[in-house]
Amino acid sequence: MERISTSTVEPAEPQTSAVGDVARAEPGQKASIHPLWLRATHWLNATAVVLMVTSGWRIYNASPIYGTRFPNEVTLGGWLGGALQWHFAAMWLLVANGLIYLTWNVMVGRFRRKFLPLDAAGVWRDLRKALSGQLSHADPRQYNSLQRLAYLVAIADVTLLVLSGLVLWKSVQFHVLRELLGGYEGARLVHFYAMATLVAFTVGHVLMVALVPRTLIAMVRGR
Amino acid sequence: MKPVKRSIITTVNGDAVLKDALKIVSRRIEQPSRRAFLQRSLTLGGVALLSGCTLSDESSIDTALESISRFNDRAQGLLFDPTRLAPTYPDSMVARPFRFNAFYAESEVPEIDGDDWRLEVTGLVADRRKWTLNDLRSMPQQEQITRHICIEGWSAVGKWSGVPFAYFLKRVGADMSAKYVGFKCSDDYFTSIDMATALHPQTNLSLRYDGKELLPRNGYPLKLRIPTKLGYKNPKHIRAIYVTNTYPGGYWEDQGYNWFGGS
Repeated sequence: MERISTSTVEPAEPQTSAVGDVARAEPGQKASIHPLWLRATHWLNATAVVLMVTSGWRIYNASPIYGTRFPNEVTLGGWLGGALQWHFAAMWLLVANGLIYLTWNVMVGRFRRKFLPLDAAGVWRDLRKALSGQLSHADPRQYNSLQRLAYLVAIADVTLLVLSGLVLWKSVQFHVLRELLGGYEGARLVHFYAMATLVAFTVGHVLMVALVPRTLIAMVRGR
Repeated sequence: MKPVKRSIITTVNGDAVLKDALKIVSRRIEQPSRRAFLQRSLTLGGVALLSGCTLSDESSIDTALESISRFNDRAQGLLFDPTRLAPTYPDSMVARPFRFNAFYAESEVPEIDGDDWRLEVTGLVADRRKWTLNDLRSMPQQEQITRHICIEGWSAVGKWSGVPFAYFLKRVGADMSAKYVGFKCSDDYFTSIDMATALHPQTNLSLRYDGKELLPRNGYPLKLRIPTKLGYKNPKHIRAIYVTNTYPGGYWEDQGYNWFGGS
């Protein structure tokens, strides 16, 4: 619209601006392994997860489900009360950022483009390839079946962490969720194992990034 | 400590501030009792504690976390459904005996003579008379088998009975539009709750556990049982109740536990 109205006033103007647009668009297209919104939500999520997990370990230490405790040196908060403050502050970041990430993904069609289709045969094929060192990372825009599975599991797992966390926080108010997750004590176990799953994912994720460092650069610079 | 922290904040980046503040904070609050002592001695006899002015003695991260905790109080107040009941359980699940838990060792449980004991009721109430144990026993009683959830994570099912707290508040002519109900205990514990929770149908001024008079270790002679709140909001050995519009805080709450503490 703007361009049309400008062209009626001064014919030379639209050409230069059109050229400018193309010139700007070209590197823009090249850059789009990870758009800015995705990188921002990824790193905010990483921050929230680190805060939630390390403060959560300190909370766990106050009354361990199993015999051992997490070393206090790797926990956040200094004591139970401090850890709870961190946990119930970072939860807002985790949930708000997670909702923005999911909504945006679905709205721009990225979710379907990146994670689907996903089937058992594809996962099996890529798993065999990976174990024999033949899984290609030639195109970082394209996730292989193992990546798709891992990322979808991570998304589902964080969702489960939030839902079970809601039960631990407000077991009376979120009564339907509480019953679905096996009561307060059931939700406590779900929360613990979902945390363990997320930590396992994170370890694997960071290992893979160490093996293919340019994925880290892509997640920082976008390309 | 304060000026050191200030200078860090103005000269170094965010990560360093976070790390340093964490170091300082965790060192300071490793022991809640030591932290409480420090705070009180720093704030002229705890006067500032009551008004929330201790924030000026803490790092900016502590201040931020503290204000998010206040935000969470409001969020929980909004989430709280005054008619939603906590789940109840069969008699077979009742913990016998119910475990001891307090901020001191079991050997320090206060010994209270029930005959001499009086419950003081003050603040925004019409009737400021003191109540004996028999007065409370002659009021309507209600029994509940509910889950006590500790902030540490563990939980246990128990069977408490006593006077519905809403009945008691009505009986003493409490101002139901007041914001807070505070509790002072014989073991120097203190806490406070919101009026909506005080009036919840399961909030109970408990005299008995599992059909028998409360044991000293479980809060004899009087405990407030609130199944919609965490354990530290369930004071034991209560000696005084007051209704107020001034934020009263609490033993753990003043050290950083969330005030609403709802479940």
